[in-house]
Amino acid sequence: MSSARQEGKDKIIFVTKEDHEAPSNAELVEEDPNDPYEEQGLILPSGEINWNCPCLGGMASGPCGTEFKDAFSCFHYSKEEIKGSDCMEQFTAMQQCLQLYPELYPQEDEAASKQSSKDSAAAEEDEGPSGLNSTPALEQDSDTSNPNTDGSAGS
Amino acid sequence: MLKCRTVWRKLAPLAKCSSTLCRQNVRRTGLNNGRTPVCVPAARMSTGPVGGGGDNLKYALLVGAVSAGGLLYAVVTMKSDQRRYKERMEELSTRPQKTSITEQTQSEPPAVPEDQPAAAPSIEETSSPAEAEAPKEETAPEVTDTPPADEPVLEVSPEEAAAAVPVVEEEPLVSSEPPPSELSEPPPVVESVVLAEPAAAEPPAAEPPEPQPEVLVESVVDSTPVSLKLPSHAPYLLIGGGTASFAAARSIRARDPGAKVLIVTDEPDLPYMRPPLSKELWFSDDPAVTETLRFKQWNGKERSIYFQPPSFYIRPEDLEGAENGGVAVLNNRKVVYMDVRGNKVKLDDDTEISYDKCLIATGGIPRNLQVIERAGEDVMKKTTLFRKIEDFKSLDKVSRNVKSVTIIGGGFLGSELACALGRRSTESGLEVIQMFPEKGNMGKVLPEYLSNWTTEKVKTEGVKVLTEALVKSVNCKDDKLEIRLKDGRVVTTDHIVAAVGLEPNVDLAKSAGLEVDSDFGGYRVNAELQARSNIWVAGDAACFYDIRLGRRRVEHHDHAVVSGRLAGENMTGASKPYWHQSMFWSDLGPDVGYEAIGIVDSSLPTVGVFAKATAKDTPKAATEKSGTGIRSESETEDTAVSPVASDTPSPAAEHKDDFGKGVIFYLRDKVVVGIILWNVFNRMPIARKIIKDGEEHADLNEVAKLFNIHED
Repeated sequence: MSSARQEGKDKIIFVTKEDHEAPSNAELVEEDPNDPYEEQGLILPSGEINWNCPCLGGMASGPCGTEFKDAFSCFHYSKEEIKGSDCMEQFTAMQQCLQLYPELYPQEDEAASKQSSKDSAAAEEDEGPSGLNSTPALEQDSDTSNPNTDGSAGS
Repeated sequence: MLKCRTVWRKLAPLAKCSSTLCRQNVRRTGLNNGRTPVCVPAARMSTGPVGGGGDNLKYALLVGAVSAGGLLYAVVTMKSDQRRYKERMEELSTRPQKTSITEQTQSEPPAVPEDQPAAAPSIEETSSPAEAEAPKEETAPEVTDTPPADEPVLEVSPEEAAAAVPVVEEEPLVSSEPPPSELSEPPPVVESVVLAEPAAAEPPAAEPPEPQPEVLVESVVDSTPVSLKLPSHAPYLLIGGGTASFAAARSIRARDPGAKVLIVTDEPDLPYMRPPLSKELWFSDDPAVTETLRFKQWNGKERSIYFQPPSFYIRPEDLEGAENGGVAVLNNRKVVYMDVRGNKVKLDDDTEISYDKCLIATGGIPRNLQVIERAGEDVMKKTTLFRKIEDFKSLDKVSRNVKSVTIIGGGFLGSELACALGRRSTESGLEVIQMFPEKGNMGKVLPEYLSNWTTEKVKTEGVKVLTEALVKSVNCKDDKLEIRLKDGRVVTTDHIVAAVGLEPNVDLAKSAGLEVDSDFGGYRVNAELQARSNIWVAGDAACFYDIRLGRRRVEHHDHAVVSGRLAGENMTGASKPYWHQSMFWSDLGPDVGYEAIGIVDSSLPTVGVFAKATAKDTPKAATEKSGTGIRSESETEDTAVSPVASDTPSPAAEHKDDFGKGVIFYLRDKVVVGIILWNVFNRMPIARKIIKDGEEHADLNEVAKLFNIHED
């Protein structure tokens, strides 16, 4: 059973697993998905891409940011059956840019990062703004592992 | 254009003449015969003087001859200018600089003195008169003796030009002043931009040795796209090169396509993160860690403390011309003066840079104890104020060479360093002492019972902890430091690390006329982190208004990230207030790790809900379970967890209470304003939500249930 004691102004409660089994009756305020103050997920309520989303891992702000934005925007607004199939030109341009900065964009993860950014985009569009993706994170592009995967894993 | 003008001038008198004649003709015609002039042209030419056809012919010939002459002149001038232009181009192309020469090479006689190689690209030809040349020539002989630092720069270019250029750099005011009166070409200040270091083969190498010109220059992007000079204008100027600044740069670049961001920092390093300096870097197995500054996260993934490698950034000189913009970092320069009205700043080398939007993210400098400062040079030499990479390097070196080190301060930094050094003590026999005025480690953050528990943990890390220790004096005796405490205790040690707080850097407040907060220190800004119209402040230096929790100043890493991002968003027009609550964390050895959010002040009443800790509840276990190696991954960027020396966590069976894991609520007027997750990880979003709601909860045990503390 739980035990409680007071040490001055501080209260200490010890609880067992059973004590916490019953669901909480604490009331939380309802979330407003369109709250402008909140950190947004990848896709804004307006349907636009949130380039500042930590889940993008800084891809939009690096030296290849412009190419990345072009490719990703094209993909996002693509209405083709195979989404993004009409964006090969932009993706190729982005690829070429990424190759110029192997330190920033490790080659072995490049294809994966493209893929996962497509995946995360698709995922985001399904789930809507994800609370966990709305983090103050600064993704690490210099990480040897794929930053986008990390971001996606975070959701 | 000039050509046209000169040609026109020549032709003008003639044109006037012919038009006068024309008017006179018509008038005469009108006066002489009542008939309308319409009939006249049938009889005589309207342009000819009243007279015979012979005169008409003469006139026609005259006009023709003159026009032909004008045309001929034009052609000749163009040809000779072209020839000179070609010569100039060849001469310039011997320099390594790429310069686009505009058509302004076709200039007039005043351009002649420009033939000297000292003259830089075309604009200067048209604008700088002989006077500008004079100072250059006079001082040219002197400059040939310039220090070797200039030589690598000047190796490729003709010596004269090279000699003249540094001279011009040093005296740009002179050359920029004389505006040629007869020309209405681009403003004379332009030349000084252009004159600076055109021959620099390696601009980064050139700049540090050579003094920067002190001219307020207008940007000349179109005429000299690859000017090898510092930008005189930065659309986004970020003062300070730390975490907040980098976060803002990233935010700006994401939101404003092609944004040109200039970071000015007095540190020699690119932006890096500080937490590993007092944690992970100390646990690295790599002997070269002080050089590589790479740390291994628990799952083996390695990363550098630098946010981005150098290839992410562009050079400041290339910023203006960068088509897609970029982030440039200007190192080793301090902003000393800020002119808010004029939207510009001045650096310590007298360079002026104007901006559209400015962020002040100057952070702070470590505080020192007065007794140490007064104790003299000997003591100061053996004292480390820990904040930067160089402090880490020096402390690492010191800790390998001394027998005893004392850390003064019991907060985050002091305790983390004590644990890190304590870990070393097991290998090297280093004595690690930690002393502070509070009753226990983190005494200002954790409620007393928890602070005491934590202190015991720190002691098991090999640290000699002296609580309730107030330093009275420090002396240097026999090459050792003697610390005398107010209660009479004396501690002898070899080196001191002072971790007694941070003094926010508000040096620019005076010149900028910005408000400084008297309660918390730092620049006072509103909820949107704005100080003035185009000025924002973020990070340690910002005393901001938190809509939920009131005015505060936060010195944590995640706050720097959050506030930097927010400032960047607001600099690009977002107008969002501080809303997403930042968090912080600390690890004190393998058994004690916590994440916290909001106002976590031990003077507030607290309610702690704890479960019995099992072997699974340690930072190490948390990372292993989630398989990512990043404990706070959902919150902030990668932070490593200290690799555990032993595999058996000890749930401190010897203590009466075992505060293995739990949640502690900090209350202010019955509302939860702060939460600590004690050895409970990946639940920060719930904590954030509770604080955001700001509700009064009758039973906090019920709230604690939301955290599922018994589960992993």
